[in-house]
Amino acid sequence: MAVILQSEPFDPGQLLGSFCAGRRETGAVASFTGLARAEDGATMTLELEAYPGFTDAAIEDMAAAAAARFDLQDLLIVHRTGPIAPGEAIVFVATAASHRRAAFEACDHLMDWLKSRAPFWKKEHGPDGARWIEPTDRDRTDAGRWDEESKP
Amino acid sequence: MLLFGRLADVAGWREKIIEAASLSALRTRLAEADAGLGEALSGPSVQVAVDKTLTRGDLPLTATSEVAFLPPMSGG
Repeated sequence: MAVILQSEPFDPGQLLGSFCAGRRETGAVASFTGLARAEDGATMTLELEAYPGFTDAAIEDMAAAAAARFDLQDLLIVHRTGPIAPGEAIVFVATAASHRRAAFEACDHLMDWLKSRAPFWKKEHGPDGARWIEPTDRDRTDAGRWDEESKP
Repeated sequence: MLLFGRLADVAGWREKIIEAASLSALRTRLAEADAGLGEALSGPSVQVAVDKTLTRGDLPLTATSEVAFLPPMSGG
């Protein structure tokens, strides 16, 4: 099991290839890659702030719980931090299990948690300046954007 | 001590060394130096971590304590 926070871009295909390599008892690997959207030019750059030592520890705790709950053989989470351009991958999750249902469900579960609860602070830089995205603001002023984002 | 997200924008800094014997003393010192920041830090949605562990209420601090004020987290 590995959780990696990094500011450098990553290649999801390469991560998936490495994750699958050398497995003889794994029947299923599910993966998810999240990309930064331009939102019709409204977002020029996304900036994700993490608290090193706190953010990764929280993700590791949650990942360990998910691994136990879904009986995973292995999982990998790679998450970008810092400025992220539209089209770049923000997050990569891969899960390995004996059978596909557990791999799918665990991947879905991990992404739901990462999207809503992971301790990141997200700033959108657009043509009209920058703004922090917070759940409370979302509810009050921008429910539509967040609803759209939370769709699977 | 550390500020994250919009709190760092309110303060104009992210990291500072401040002498304080307790969390409440730290809050008082910060509010005295910057009333806007003091108000932002006292909001109910702001969480506090001491040495990377979330905490509630007052707590004594030592010279090596790392205090972080965390605004609502957005998820990744």
